[in-house]
Amino acid sequence: MADDLTQLLAHEMASRLRAGETSSRELAAAHLARAHATDRGLHAWLTIDDERALAEADAADAKLAAARAEGSAAVNALHPLHGIPIALKDLVSVKGGQCTAGSRILEGYRAPYDAHITERLREAGAVILGKTNMDEFAMGSSCEHSAFGPTANPWDLERVPGGSSGGSAASVAAFQTPLSIGTDTGGSIRQPAALCGIVGMKPTYGRVSRFGIVAFASSLDQIGPFARDVRDASALLHAVSGRDERDSTSAPIPVPDDLVNLPASEDEAASWLRGKRFGVPKEYFVKGMDPAVEARIREAVTTLEAAGATVDEVSLPHTDYGLATYYIVAPAEASANLARYDGVRFGHSVRGGDDYLADYLATRGTGFGPEVKRRIMLGTYALSAGYYDAFYLKALKVRTLIKRDFDELFGAGFDALVAPTSPDVAFRFGEKMADPVRMYLSDACTLPVNMAGLPGVSIPCGLADGLPVGLQLIGPAWSEATLMRAARAYEGATADAAWRGVLPTDLAKLDDPRVPTPAERVAAPR
Amino acid sequence: MATLTRADVEHVAHLARLGLTPDELARLEGQLNHILDQYAKLAELNTDDIPPTAQTIELENILRDDVARPSLDPEAVLANAPERDGDSFVVPAILGGE
Repeated sequence: MADDLTQLLAHEMASRLRAGETSSRELAAAHLARAHATDRGLHAWLTIDDERALAEADAADAKLAAARAEGSAAVNALHPLHGIPIALKDLVSVKGGQCTAGSRILEGYRAPYDAHITERLREAGAVILGKTNMDEFAMGSSCEHSAFGPTANPWDLERVPGGSSGGSAASVAAFQTPLSIGTDTGGSIRQPAALCGIVGMKPTYGRVSRFGIVAFASSLDQIGPFARDVRDASALLHAVSGRDERDSTSAPIPVPDDLVNLPASEDEAASWLRGKRFGVPKEYFVKGMDPAVEARIREAVTTLEAAGATVDEVSLPHTDYGLATYYIVAPAEASANLARYDGVRFGHSVRGGDDYLADYLATRGTGFGPEVKRRIMLGTYALSAGYYDAFYLKALKVRTLIKRDFDELFGAGFDALVAPTSPDVAFRFGEKMADPVRMYLSDACTLPVNMAGLPGVSIPCGLADGLPVGLQLIGPAWSEATLMRAARAYEGATADAAWRGVLPTDLAKLDDPRVPTPAERVAAPR
Repeated sequence: MATLTRADVEHVAHLARLGLTPDELARLEGQLNHILDQYAKLAELNTDDIPPTAQTIELENILRDDVARPSLDPEAVLANAPERDGDSFVVPAILGGE
């Protein structure tokens, strides 16, 4: 794989494109070939659209050629993502393409329009390769709740990639694409990024328009990037951010250009840490957490201190109430959002019952999977007459307390908080499927950030028993540029660490055309 | 804290318009009660004077000019219809009788 284009970072691809050393078509073709050749054992993709991708790549090449003819200013004006391949979680609408959200109820549904971020990516010149696997309706932390079978983790094919954006994370970690898009409602970008050893960012609520995205919980859902380094993730965030009048929750707040101007030099990046102030919330070292994960996080704190930052232990006293609050608010919103799947205008439909009610019951009863039904039931119950005050209203009040915890710390002058992304490394298939509450605990360190609407990024910080550990940086609202700068600084400070060069352990197994599929591994007796 | 009976589970399933099998109802009864046990923790907190937070962004009353714009292509939209009649969706009858 000496000069394999798929091994490059997105910004390295962009440099070669501009230097005329490769073309967008070559980049797309190399990634499509690798995705096809290596996805049997991974199952990161639900759709790969070669024809569309190559056409988009040709258009990007033509635009680059035209810019070149115009002069270097025109070339420099192209977005850093111009001509670069990308994957989208299968809940992002791409006009004319299937969009399942990992559910049977949307199997065969073709989006009649582009999502806002799809339009933005087209404007930036990115090349969409296809759509990635996910927990059904983004409900899950392992990708095992996909109606189309699970995705594996390239570090250990017996383990989950995390979720819900598991396919987006696994595809980037396995070099099938340099970039991908996920969504994060309670940790669905950061947790799979941690478990797959890559960078994943959840922006501030309101930073990215959700127009054209399949909704899960509307006061929590945000769209964000996956990449193999901070600079690439930051450039992708830049491309999709900004106000869109079709999503009234997208904020009219300028998108900082600093996102595409992170330092290239490791030393320069690390030097930013001098004099910065970080807090480590003690409540994020939860009971039952993997001690090897905790050790990596403590080492990361030492690294930050050694680079000149001050790190204080701090408290977010209502952290422990986050899980219960989230598992009321998110299902309540989901039960309302998912009412639209009625088998009338699109999607799976069962007809011929005695009346319209019988058709609804049959359509929804057979179209949704077990986790989605569980959440709809929880949410419907929490909103039902007699329970609304005790559950939903109570949860919204506790949400205020959770948000105030963060506000107080950022008001006291902390630049960012440093915490584990996940209490565990990647777990085995089936390990948390029997008990929904155990699965929900996977997101204990990420979901308070969604409750407060804040930005959070997970970056690799080493290995525990050969599996990746994610370091989470959390910032105040609209601080993405600072947060990515901090993440880039940590990357710079650890550029020479031994674990930096370690490739996912099971990558080579993916080249074997007879490797078991993740579904076969789950079905096999253990 | 409340405990859900089988009848409660059936009632909520009806409200949610989910047709569930007896096996699913039985499994959900156990699982939902286990999850509701986690909710009990919230009762530890006195929230009498705490305002609710329904969303975190400080934007209100987002308005825009009421201007006519092109709609989606009816053919692309109706292509997803489980059943169509010309340019219309065929829907189950909602009024009883002959």
